[in-house]
Amino acid sequence: MQNNVKNKSKISEVLGRLAGQQIFIPIAALLLLAIFNLIMDPSFYTVTLGHNNAGDPVLSGYLITILDYGSELAILAIGMTLVTAATGGQDISVGAAIAISGSVILRVLCGTDSRPDTLQAPIIVAFLISCVVAMLFGAFNGALVAYFKIQPMVATLILFTAGRSIAAWINNNELPIVSDKTFTYFGGFIPGIPIPTPFFIAAACMIVTALVLKFTNLRLYTQAVGINESSSRLNGLNPQFIKFLTFVILGLCVAVAGLIKVSRLSSINYSVIAKDIEMDAILAVALGGNALSGGKFNMTASILGAYVIQFLTTTLYKFNVQSDALSAYKAVVVILLVVLSAPIVREKCSALWKKIKGTHAKEVA
Amino acid sequence: MKEKAVLEMKNIHKSFPGVKALQAVDFTLCEGEIHALMGENGAGKSTLIKVLTGVYGKDEGQIFLKGHDKEAVIKSPQDAQRLGISTVYQEITLCPNLSVAENMYIGRTKGAVQNWKKMNADADKILKSLDIPAKAGQQLSSCSIAIQQMVAIARAVDMDCKVLILDEPTSSLDEQEVQKLFGLMRDLRSRGVGIIFVTHFLEQVYEVCDKITVLRDGQLVGEYEIKELPRVKLVAKMLGKELDDMAEIRDAELEYKEDTSVPVLEAQGLVSDAGIKPFDFYIKKGEVNGFTGLLGSGRSECVRAIFGADKLTGGTIKKDGKPVKINKPLDAMKNGIAYLPEDRKMDGIVGDLSVRDNIILAAQVLKGFFKPFTKAEANKFADEYIRLLDIKTASADTPIKSLSGGNQQKVILARWLLTHPEYLILDEPTRGIDVGTKVDIQKLVLELASKGMSITFISSETDEMLRTCSRLIVMRDRKVVGELSGEDLTQNKIMGTIAGGEKE
Repeated sequence: MQNNVKNKSKISEVLGRLAGQQIFIPIAALLLLAIFNLIMDPSFYTVTLGHNNAGDPVLSGYLITILDYGSELAILAIGMTLVTAATGGQDISVGAAIAISGSVILRVLCGTDSRPDTLQAPIIVAFLISCVVAMLFGAFNGALVAYFKIQPMVATLILFTAGRSIAAWINNNELPIVSDKTFTYFGGFIPGIPIPTPFFIAAACMIVTALVLKFTNLRLYTQAVGINESSSRLNGLNPQFIKFLTFVILGLCVAVAGLIKVSRLSSINYSVIAKDIEMDAILAVALGGNALSGGKFNMTASILGAYVIQFLTTTLYKFNVQSDALSAYKAVVVILLVVLSAPIVREKCSALWKKIKGTHAKEVA
Repeated sequence: MKEKAVLEMKNIHKSFPGVKALQAVDFTLCEGEIHALMGENGAGKSTLIKVLTGVYGKDEGQIFLKGHDKEAVIKSPQDAQRLGISTVYQEITLCPNLSVAENMYIGRTKGAVQNWKKMNADADKILKSLDIPAKAGQQLSSCSIAIQQMVAIARAVDMDCKVLILDEPTSSLDEQEVQKLFGLMRDLRSRGVGIIFVTHFLEQVYEVCDKITVLRDGQLVGEYEIKELPRVKLVAKMLGKELDDMAEIRDAELEYKEDTSVPVLEAQGLVSDAGIKPFDFYIKKGEVNGFTGLLGSGRSECVRAIFGADKLTGGTIKKDGKPVKINKPLDAMKNGIAYLPEDRKMDGIVGDLSVRDNIILAAQVLKGFFKPFTKAEANKFADEYIRLLDIKTASADTPIKSLSGGNQQKVILARWLLTHPEYLILDEPTRGIDVGTKVDIQKLVLELASKGMSITFISSETDEMLRTCSRLIVMRDRKVVGELSGEDLTQNKIMGTIAGGEKE
């Protein structure tokens, strides 16, 4: 008995310490969703190894879907976290920017003919060009925010409004289709590997981000600028440039996400591609417990937040929620999560937790 | 409860993670007395006030109020107000765009309909009875800060308060305004209100208070009648040691030596977009000089121009005799110049970052974007300077904003010392921090200078300047109007030069 109590207090101590951590929020949300699915229908977790049309081995199941479709979101969350940290604002044009960069890739691959039999340029070239274009648009947003001091939400509203038209214009409003099979690998499966490629791309992005954060001062600089711009300047930093830089980095993330998106279809639908993804990306940052007003950030929590959102979307699909009604359901869950993770609620909870523990200890004594 | 007491706090305990902010503190306030609550920064004054006003919950202890038999339950500022405990803070917490009367009655009206006429008449009556020169219909922002503060007090008084807490109310007032405020405080005392007065200014305590309660490190040192505690003893009680240090600081008289060597830094015709007249400046190796003048005379703007914090519009700067370009702070830093800014909160600390990150920030920027310090290096630097400057923090991971003002200032100082500057500019390093830290900083300045660092020291307190500087540049109306050194370094001479007008 004595031992049992000791163990219990140790567990609650560990739990208590974890609850104080920022990453606790997305983890708790993930657990909640996982348990919900486990109770409602354990078959949610079955993963089967099958073969696709081409006869290659592929894994399928809801978990795989989450890993697959959460990837773009996770990649965008990386850039969005940095922008949020440095500017205290968000970029709402990433969906439109994905349409643009996707359109650029198709344009380069297909040339003037919208349905060519062979690729007009290597995929890597198309991708690099789309990177440059997406970073230029990022730079456009960044310049408005950093040098013209326009609120991020307003500055990016411009591209949000115009982006999809620009994307259509790039391909003369045609819908090019890539027939080359290798192009589908980026959003699908590489023959012989049963795990979806987007997951590997996302993982690569995470590794690169981790390395950049480790071997440069990006974290310190963006946080310092986001917390106190005036003080950062007097410490020799160039706050404008750092804000600008974060938008350019987000541009790069957009290009990678764009590649995955168009590869999934081998084509593009200008008005639908990556629709509302900016809201999910911002939500991922918030769900990771990062202050949307800028400053300190936790990259791991943001990325985890992105997968939590995909988990939620997939769960809703599984329960046959109509895609029109999806956002309403999502909103309810989001309200719940955000309220629960608000500092004021967490304080109250930890006070309650202490009280319970206190009475428990007394009873034991 | 004592007979005349309106408030008794007994055995109050309060701790925060890693800090025991209050330990077994007792505090008694009597009817019709002005009671000073004294202590260094971080001694627990604010915590005690916040426990009393319901901002923080207490861990242990009891609070009794006159007229209530049982222990008072104060769980929120609203509770405190209901029980007749009112607080007026250092920063005005009223709404500047509303009228005086609206500010006095905001949040206290009943029902949806408001009798504006009656409200204004009532407000005027109170203002008149307290002799506050303001009209009910006047917009609050058109009143001076002192009047605004008095309106806040009038609001408190009208809410039938028995305990009035004044938290550093005088720090943004000038001498005349302070006198008006004291008049009001004495008036309230005669009406039987108990007033708790928190301030950094010793003179003010002796001018207006009846009793003093001293706190140190979260513990009660004692309660004293004002007559029984001379000023020197009060300071000693606050610091917990006898204070000979103040006199010691400048035992070796700093003689101003004629020095023909090339200045470490020399500026000619320097002018920035902050609106100062062109000025010349130089500083030699190991010298401590200072800019003096009234607030707003352009002292800070001068050093900001030297550091490149404001945009330079003209003039040249020479470092060790060689011309250099300083367009932005980074240029100055690369030339071995460091600048501790005047406004610690706005320009100094990066609030949410840890003490460690705040210490390494400037050195890290100098080292470069692609060369971050390793964790071990950063820890080593942080620990070294926390020890060296005796920074009181729970750990190097603590966010700097949770430190007391004096310790925040030490962190900023550590940040610049870590860059190993040749020339260090300290703009008001001692403002708003406690006596002990002030002494520490002045000592450090002289010690660094003796090791060959050149330092410019700016302070609003002339005696601090006299204790540390060997040459003073006097400013008036954004212009350099004189330079004093050697025998001329006296209070009178400085005052005379600042005032100007008469030729000697």
